[in-house]
Order: sequence, then structure tokens, then C-alpha cells
Amino acid sequence: MSDRWVIVVHEAVKTYTVGSVEVQALRGVSLAVEAGDWLAVMGASGSGKTTLMNIIGCLDVPTTGHYMLDGIDVSTLDDRELAEVRNQKIGFVFQSFNLLARTTALQNVELPLVYAGLRARERRRRALAALDAVALSDRTEHVPSELSGGQQQRVAVARAIVTDPALILADEPTGNLDTVSTGDMLSLFGRLNTEGRTIVMITHEADVAAHAKRVVRLRDGLVIEDRRQGPVAGPPPQYLQPPAVRV
Amino acid sequence: MRTRESIKIAIRAILGNGLRSALTMLGILIGVGAVIMLVAVGNGSSVAVQKQIQSLGTNTLIVNRQAGFGPAAGGRSRAGTLSRPTDLTMKDVSALRDKGANPDVKAVAPTLIAPSITGTYLDATYAPAQFIGTSAEYAEIRNYKVASGDFFTNDDVENHARVVVLGQTTVTNLFGTGADPVGQTVKFGTINMQVVGMLARKGSNGAQDLDDVAMAPVTIVQDSFAGISTSLNNITIEATSRKTMDIAASEITATLLGTHRITTGTPDFSVLNQGTLLETSNSTNRVFTVLLGAVAAISLLVGGIGVMNIMLVTVTERTREIGIRKAIGATKVDILTQFLVEAVLLSVLGGLVGVAAGLAGSRFKVVGVTPVVAPYSVFLAFGVAVVVGLFFGIYPANRAASLRPIEALRYE
Repeated sequence: MSDRWVIVVHEAVKTYTVGSVEVQALRGVSLAVEAGDWLAVMGASGSGKTTLMNIIGCLDVPTTGHYMLDGIDVSTLDDRELAEVRNQKIGFVFQSFNLLARTTALQNVELPLVYAGLRARERRRRALAALDAVALSDRTEHVPSELSGGQQQRVAVARAIVTDPALILADEPTGNLDTVSTGDMLSLFGRLNTEGRTIVMITHEADVAAHAKRVVRLRDGLVIEDRRQGPVAGPPPQYLQPPAVRV
Repeated sequence: MRTRESIKIAIRAILGNGLRSALTMLGILIGVGAVIMLVAVGNGSSVAVQKQIQSLGTNTLIVNRQAGFGPAAGGRSRAGTLSRPTDLTMKDVSALRDKGANPDVKAVAPTLIAPSITGTYLDATYAPAQFIGTSAEYAEIRNYKVASGDFFTNDDVENHARVVVLGQTTVTNLFGTGADPVGQTVKFGTINMQVVGMLARKGSNGAQDLDDVAMAPVTIVQDSFAGISTSLNNITIEATSRKTMDIAASEITATLLGTHRITTGTPDFSVLNQGTLLETSNSTNRVFTVLLGAVAAISLLVGGIGVMNIMLVTVTERTREIGIRKAIGATKVDILTQFLVEAVLLSVLGGLVGVAAGLAGSRFKVVGVTPVVAPYSVFLAFGVAVVVGLFFGIYPANRAASLRPIEALRYE
């Protein structure tokens, strides 16, 4: 397995039992994502996109099938190793930001490094660099309730990139943002992707997906469309000028 | 994750929920404080009783009359019936003073207590609580010191001298505060008695005022105060040391069996051993203390359940936080540690304040008992508080650690 592939999902099936009824959320999804790509996963609710994202994020395991993340077969890992993979390989960005309340932006961004076991000084240095990368150097001591939605999501992105993961996994990252913040977020993602970070983004908005290099559409637990919008190498299609992030 | 980080996170969580944390700690505080205070009260009453017993004199044995069965008192009674006890007499006292037969007996004093003898000095009258007829040894055995003048001598006993030694309370009532009565004459009953000494203040033993006394030679008390039986009330004896008390007791028994001519059956006297009394009261007090401690321990347990309750609420409330932490790399152990540290910290802080409260509370008298803090109770109570926090923290912490990240993230 080469370093080229960050994600290799092979024939993933996921079955849930709701009451006495078995529901197949994924019915055999195969997907390979190259390093440096920006993938948008689209689909209506119930299409299985959240299940796929949970599996990609190592928050869940497929019922059958295999999943390799950055060359590691995740299905063989135990609870502690999975936690380590989530910590080192994946940076999560959620729709509802999911920052810790009453905790400053800096402390939120430091958190993955705390679990990685870094010393306080090193943590601070890296967290400040990550906050600088999302243009929030002047908000380090603010708690989430003192920040706007767009700013909170940028703190979340800083938290996602602070461990320098192989993959940024964003679940509807613009779902709770207004148009202006959405634009900021997408150009932030564009810049991170241009710098070589692999992004997998779940969305149901076509104009958000238009920013990605590749769009995969799910329906009823199967991939029904796999369209490339731009080459893996180079900047994403709609990323024209350098950071348009408003400070 | 490192413990220091866990402690930091826990402190932030505890401060973030100030009132709730304070109330939870209050449960532990009351528990720890109650254990320390109640054990101190039990301990204090034990110390008080011991002091009371010791104020009667150390190494003291007391011979009392006692009705016995069987042939006794010169064979006057039939076998198997309750006999009238033989009088305790000065003859018995002399026999006990025989060093050859009683090598472990140090001093012997007869005690004859005359009821309500009123003393008169000029216009003042006062009846001391106890008018004791005894010998010179009594002062030594009972540990009475003389503040002014002298105790009467055994010559005075021989000579039926009309002399008296007064306790401070008696002096105050007859002569006024601070007066020195030595050399004055007080009329007790119909007899004029010369005051030869005034006893030093001894205070109360908790049950009676030890200064409310008058003491005179046993002979004059026997002679002069009508209505008194010829028998002594008891014989007070001092053993040579604490260790020899049991041997002394058997020597006394042997001697008195001889003077009372008892060969079979139960003796018609009893020898009361102060040491035994002390031991009995000690074991009674231990039970008392344990009982108090147990009641307090229950409140500590209830405090622990309070910690568990609040930790369960906390875990439910912070399900989403747990999900976030797990998504960004917290392991099961990290989450477990975090919540366990929080529970233990709650009980440690509560315990510390409880120790302070217990120590502060033990400075006040409780129903007449001055509490004496037992150091072991402080360590025990605090230790138990920590263990309680650990024990009652494990279940909620484990529950938090076992949450699956997706479900925790989805939790609203």
C-alpha cells in the first residue's frame, strides 16, 4: 500500500438493528482517496453519508468490509489504538463546532495535544501557530460564547490541524454558518488543501460541494456518482486568490 | 493523559459548577467533621471518667461490707441463709497494717462517714457534705494536700483528740472566702473541735465537690456522734504500686477472712479494685466511642452517595464533552481518570474542610463533656473520605469512559 492513498474503503457494509428491524446504512461502499485530494460526500439524509463519515473517522467500524487509513487497517485496532489514530491521523470539524464550553480558544486547540502527551510549552507553541493559521491570533483567550459562529468554526479547524493529521474530516462544516462565514470557511479549506492537506467534507449543499476537487454522491447506502472537478495536484477549482479570511 | 492535566480539568469542572460542588462537598464535610467531633466527645467523656476515678487516689483498694452466705460472724447464722455482715472494725485495720501478712499493702485508713453533722462558728452554720472519721494515712491515699496547718496525726487518733481538718468549701461557708481557720474552734454537733489544718483545693471529680468535707480522727467520730453504727463504712487501702494491686487484693482478702473467721462460703466483704474499675469504665467508654463513631460514619457514607449522585448527573450533562474528547483522541483511561479525579477531588476538598470543622467544633464543650480529639480519628475520617470518593466515583467515571463517541457526540 503506497502513501498515495490516505483512505481505502473496500466493500464496507454497515447494518444497524433498530428494534427488531435491520437497517443497512451502507450496502457495499468502496472508496479510495488520494493524499492532497479534497473530497465532498453528498447525499440526502438517510443516504448513509454520516455512517460513512463515522467509519472514516474511526468512530465506528463497518459490519463487513475493510478500511485502511493512511496504510493502517483500522478494523484490527483496539479501543486505545483507535483513540490514538483519531488523535494523530484525523482532524475533526463538526457542524455544531463542538468546542468545550467555558474553555478558551487556546485551551480548545491544545486539547488534542494534551491527549497526545505533549509538554505544556510545546502545546502552546503549536496551538498558537494553528490559531494563527486560521487568523485568530487575537482571540486566543476568548471562550466559545464570546466568539461568532464563523470564529468558533475556525477555532475548530485550528483544533483539527494542530496535530498535523493525514486527514481533515469535516461533517457539514458550513451547515450552521451564514453565507459570509461559509465563504470564509471554504477559502480556509481551499488554502489548507492547497498546502497539501487531504480533506473529506460531508455536505448536502451543491454550491459548497462545488469547491471540492471530487464529489461522491451516495444514495441508499451505495455510491451512485463519483465526479472529479479538478486534479488532485494543485489548488482546488474555485480557490482563486490567497486567503480571503476576514480577521 | 497525565495526572496533572486531569487535576487541572477537574478543578475547572468543579469551579464551573460552584454551588453544586459546594453542596456535594458539604455532605463529605459533615461526615468527616461528625466523625472527628463525635469520637472526640466519646474520647473526652472517657478521659473525664478516668480523671474522676483517679481523683479517688491511685492504686487504691476499698474494702466494703457485703452480705454473704454460709457460716459467718461467729457461727450465729445458719448455713444457707443470708448473714448479717460482720462489722469492719479498727481490729481489721490493725490486721491489715501488719506488713508481714500484707507485704504489698502500703497504707491503710479506716473510713467512717458521719451523716449531716452541722458545724457552727460564731453565727455561721454549715453541714459539710461529708464528715469523715479516718486516720492520718487517708490524706496520702486520697491524695489530699494541706494548704494551711497540718493534717491530724495518728497520735490524735490514739488520743481521741478533738481536732478537725476542713476542706475549702467548708471553710468558705463557715469563715468566709480566703480566711485561714487554723487554730479556731468550730462546734460540730455538741463537741468543740479545734481546726488544725485546711486542705488544698481539689475541685470536683465531676460527681461531687471534693472540697465540701471535714475530717476528724476516726476515734472521736465514733465516740461523739450518736446514731452511728460501730462498724466503719469502709477501709481505704493503697497498694505499693499499680502492678501489685491484684496481689494486694488477695492479701487483704486472706487477712480479713482470718479476722472474720470465715473458712467456707462467700466472704462478707468485698475488695474494690480501682484498677478494675478503671478498666471497666475504659471498655464501656470504648463501646460508647465506637457507637458514636459508627453513627458519624453513616453520615460519611451518605456524603459519599451524594458524590456518586452528582457525578452521575455530571456525566450525563457532559456526555457531549466526553464525545468531543473521545473524537479528538481521549482514551477510555483518560476519561476514566478525569472523572475519577474529579470525584476524589470533591471528597478530598470536602474532607479537608471537614477536618478543619471537626477540629474547630471539638473546641467547644458538648453536653458538659470537653471533647478530646483522637489523632487517629482525623486520619481515619479523612482517609475514609478519600476512599469513599474513589469508590463512589468509579461507577460514574466508568460509565463516562464506556460511552461510545458517536452516541456521545449525537447526544443533545
